[in-house]
Amino acid sequence: MSERVLVLIGTKKGLFIAESDAARSNWTLNGPFCEHWQINHAAADPVTGTIYAAGGSEWFGPAIWRSTDFGRTWSRSSAGLAYKEGEAPVKTAWSVSAVGGRLLAGVEPAGLFESFDGGDTWTELSGLRDHPSRSEWQAGGAGLILHSIVVDPDDPQSVFVGISAAGVFHSADGGATWSPRNSGTRCDFLPEDQRYPEFGQCVHCLVLAPGNNKRLYQQNHCGMYRSDDYSAQWQSIEGGLPSSFGFPVAAHPTDPDTLFLAPLNGDSAGRYMPDASAAIWRTRDAGTSWQALRAGLPQENFYSTVLRQAMATDRLAPAGVYFGTSAGALYASADEGESWTCVAPHLPGISSIETLTVPA
Amino acid sequence: MRRTASAGDFLDRNADGAGVTTLQRVRLPAPFAGLFPGTPKMVEVEADTVAGVIDALDARWPGMADCLRDSSPKIRKHINVFVAGKRVGLDQRLHPGGDVFIITAISGG
Repeated sequence: MSERVLVLIGTKKGLFIAESDAARSNWTLNGPFCEHWQINHAAADPVTGTIYAAGGSEWFGPAIWRSTDFGRTWSRSSAGLAYKEGEAPVKTAWSVSAVGGRLLAGVEPAGLFESFDGGDTWTELSGLRDHPSRSEWQAGGAGLILHSIVVDPDDPQSVFVGISAAGVFHSADGGATWSPRNSGTRCDFLPEDQRYPEFGQCVHCLVLAPGNNKRLYQQNHCGMYRSDDYSAQWQSIEGGLPSSFGFPVAAHPTDPDTLFLAPLNGDSAGRYMPDASAAIWRTRDAGTSWQALRAGLPQENFYSTVLRQAMATDRLAPAGVYFGTSAGALYASADEGESWTCVAPHLPGISSIETLTVPA
Repeated sequence: MRRTASAGDFLDRNADGAGVTTLQRVRLPAPFAGLFPGTPKMVEVEADTVAGVIDALDARWPGMADCLRDSSPKIRKHINVFVAGKRVGLDQRLHPGGDVFIITAISGG
């Protein structure tokens, strides 16, 4: 059966959708959608194809946008997407997940909301902010944001979130109660004898490997990590990479040993790719060794950043890999990173990339 | 010389509003044409405070209140509400038959 691929591109000025057939060699670009609101993240329900876009407007506050026709028409709601009176208001929505009929949305200041009616109304999962560590969570450079939501497709009650800079938290009961899951991840920004705390890590992006093998990967402000025991313990996999710093991480759709990273030169070195030469780094052995993938990418004067949600794979074989830059360029590979093309060079700054595969 | 009334002067004189309609003429932000299709540039609502105006707007166009005030509750940081030439807050009482301007402030990049 032929398929088409939609790449959902969240930008500072709305959502764009790039679309191609399964060859992924010719792309059409549609948008901007969502009334030019800043879209921090967009994701689709893989079953229904409904697209959800999380973001906010400096004027009008946070909202989750919804399209049931692949972007042609949109509705929007912020009903319930708010904290109680007197608390710091929700500034914007940072992430959205659609699994098993339930939507989850992460916001700034960090918190998690759920919806069972397709995003018409939202209710806070207050157990996360009720965690006793809450008073010690610190904002990262982008604010105190809940940017990563990982729902285990084999157990939708099992939810992981990544908060900058509070770390990784896990709930086994659908979001009612939470525990920090940061053992083995370090905080280079703390005194030397305090660099492995229970929480407070600056996780940048969190993904679950395919295959129901309890493996997760994360890109952290301070290193790249793998967990083979459902986040109980993390091991560094940064050996062989050009730096320990970066933002996004993208899992392969079927191979749990294959992972894609976009290392940057360091948090105080400009935050662009080393030597201003673009490369995505791939491992085929779960982080034991790494290969730089450069074919088709700019090899000089590349000073862009790739933000934390701005890289993704598709579900085809071979897998497509996509990343977007803070300068607004979208790059795509249809061969698991072996070669790249620039699909769109001049979009607004790209915040997020996700994909949706649908029948042609 | 023509004297321009302060917001306080203008609003307090008839603050009781007894027996007088509390109809307000409300100018809506231009981006609402896209966010709430079909909304006019100016509407009339019954209210005697700015908060009441926003409640009345939300009753007619659900979700509009969330766009204008946060959960503090305060008027959103980059939204300005003007009455009688002054920026006012949610608690501002309104003179019957007044004009309320809701305007997007300078923002963005």
